[in-house]
Amino acid sequence: MAFVLSEEQIMLRDMAKQFFSEQVPVTNLRQLRDDGSEDGFDRDVWKQIVELGFAGILIPEEMGGTGFGPMGVGIVMQEAGRTLAASPLYSTAVLGAGMIMAAGSEKQKKDLLPQIAAGELLLALAMDETNHHNPANIAMAATRDGDDFVLSGEKKFVIDGHIANKLIVAARTSGKAGDPKGISAFLIDVDTPGVTITRTHMVDTRNAANISFDGVKVQSDTLLGSADGAYPELENVLDMGRVCLSAEMLGGIETVFDTTLTYLKERKQFDAIIGTFQALQHRAAEMFCEVEICQSVVLDALSALEERRNDIPRAASLAKARLSDASRLITNEGIQMHGGIGMTDAVDMGLFLKRARVQAQMLGDANFHRSRYADLGGY
Amino acid sequence: MSELETFRAETRAWLEENCPASMRTPMPEREMPWGGRNASYPNPDTKTWMDNMASRGWTAPTWPAEYGGGGLSKEENKILQEELARIKARPALTSFGLWMLGPALLEFAGEEQKKKYIGEIVRGEIRWCQGYSEPGAGSDLAGLQTKAEDKGDHYLVNGQKVWTSYADQCDWIFCLVRTDNSVKHGGISFLLIDMDDPGVEARPIKLISGSSPFCETFLTDVKVPKENLVGELNKGWTIAKRLLEHERSMISGMGMGAGAASMGGMEAVAKENFGTDGDRIADPAIRSAIAAHKMDQQAFGLTMKRAGEEAKAGHGMGAAASMFKYYGTEVNKRRFELLLDVMGSQALGWEGDGFDSKELAVTRSWLRSKGNSIEGGTSEVQLNVIAKRVLGLPTA
Repeated sequence: MAFVLSEEQIMLRDMAKQFFSEQVPVTNLRQLRDDGSEDGFDRDVWKQIVELGFAGILIPEEMGGTGFGPMGVGIVMQEAGRTLAASPLYSTAVLGAGMIMAAGSEKQKKDLLPQIAAGELLLALAMDETNHHNPANIAMAATRDGDDFVLSGEKKFVIDGHIANKLIVAARTSGKAGDPKGISAFLIDVDTPGVTITRTHMVDTRNAANISFDGVKVQSDTLLGSADGAYPELENVLDMGRVCLSAEMLGGIETVFDTTLTYLKERKQFDAIIGTFQALQHRAAEMFCEVEICQSVVLDALSALEERRNDIPRAASLAKARLSDASRLITNEGIQMHGGIGMTDAVDMGLFLKRARVQAQMLGDANFHRSRYADLGGY
Repeated sequence: MSELETFRAETRAWLEENCPASMRTPMPEREMPWGGRNASYPNPDTKTWMDNMASRGWTAPTWPAEYGGGGLSKEENKILQEELARIKARPALTSFGLWMLGPALLEFAGEEQKKKYIGEIVRGEIRWCQGYSEPGAGSDLAGLQTKAEDKGDHYLVNGQKVWTSYADQCDWIFCLVRTDNSVKHGGISFLLIDMDDPGVEARPIKLISGSSPFCETFLTDVKVPKENLVGELNKGWTIAKRLLEHERSMISGMGMGAGAASMGGMEAVAKENFGTDGDRIADPAIRSAIAAHKMDQQAFGLTMKRAGEEAKAGHGMGAAASMFKYYGTEVNKRRFELLLDVMGSQALGWEGDGFDSKELAVTRSWLRSKGNSIEGGTSEVQLNVIAKRVLGLPTA
């Protein structure tokens, strides 16, 4: 059944829940921030994540992974989202491993997937070029030079770009911006001459990078998938990323909602528990409905991936749009219902608010996905 | 062949023989099979189909066979529903008796009552309506004042009910009445009343949509036999709450997909009205609003489906009925408002020239939809229920 977890999945969830709540609570993110961490994540935590098999969670067992599939990744991401756990899971284990599995040659898979599962190789996907996600609009040129390619242009909002060992770069080998054909993916080392990576400190204390490519010469064996034809694989991986992000966002709003509900039952004003006020009760009830609906769309999208259904794009856009809107509502209400204390750095509401907005922008905001959903529906 | 496979084969053969051809076509509203003493059958096949199904108890497939139900197991009923869907069969009987009263009787009524009333419902002999709301008791339903006085061998009932669906065409009414004035919820009883009895009068209420699906029902010195009390005296509120759950889940799914569907889908209507840009609706704001709405609908549908699967797996979604009632009706209302935006002035005709029947139906349905978030407990009441029973927020 698509909406009810199997026993194996429940065990995975319980394991992930225990790990993130005990080993990577929100204080871990605060620590990274307050220490001005160079990496933006905790390498000891990453080591434990690798030992639990989460780094190789998508990767088949014969390549060193644990092969849990998309539902497994979603479950882990949701638990990570509950505590705002910072790690390269999304950039490396979801997008990176996903792209190599979808588009890589046998050699690339054999070389790279075991390294990912072992936590030795960190990846980042360099795709967006403007302030808004829109993969078909990729314009950055990869010009042929004999057997080689020369990459020139700028990428931005590259999640974990500053810690990656290798970059997956989406660039245009033919066609014009807006044309899905003509896009190629390159897998290149971060120290390739001409690559300049500038870390950008984002509001959520997680990290991204702006990356410039100044006549970067790469050989054709860096191609991931076929020249000009990487878009279909890219879209598949982006959809998986969107759904996993949605799962992570779901974990976040569940925490915000639970925390806020607890506060409504404790805080007293006018000699009354504020949770007795109908103005707040109704808003809490509406949030409850939103959380329930978010759970449904995330589970459905994960099932679509798991079962390789043909409506994956639609389910992914539904989930990402819904979670982007719902997380805005719920994090805003979380702060408002906490009142003044919600504005302080001492409570976690602000951290969840900041993270939610960054997540909403990643791989397309609600507007992008509404438009895509309409396109998929033929209107 | 397994038992279920045999059951499927037999069911298929039986339906093939017993479901008239015209009952496998889309059903016009005037052919709705409400049953009852005064039923008229513009299409005589409707009655044949009802009787055929009732003869096997299949109008209420999972109710116990000893009272006239089908006695089918869940698995058998699933097969029956699949086979009915396969031949696109119309419902054999639509009735408040099936949807609401029957399940409550099976849970709360005495043996004699079950024997009498369940069979009548299954066979479509009696058309029931619900006497809950009163002019002074809407959202605050437990404030109802229609009183039933104990007169020894009977109750003497006086009061007024309102929003009684189709009461002018119904045979019996199930009522909440006050049997104790000293306590609110604990002074309510559940009574069954024959509407042919002297002192019962139903008057249709004209709604903003122009139609009159509801009535005011006046009860003046109506003598009701004591055996018509369901459950214990003053314990009617328990039954009422259970019935409301049935009603809420019924209303939340009501009307989804209607209206625009008859127009060929909201996207198509929008393309006609605003033109296209490639495949896209040319007006980006309307296009985005339609996408947002269709996402709401899909997300709601998935949530209903999830609740069903979770119920099967043995862990119910708390207060699901209230959430679905709230969300489903609000989505439905937004759908009609959006359809008005899409159709412009053409959705605002009342009657006569210049509008076709489908357009006029949209207008009337839009007006009717306003009641969705009021009937069966307002949206605000549903939010109260969620806040208190699911979220455990305290009462002042």
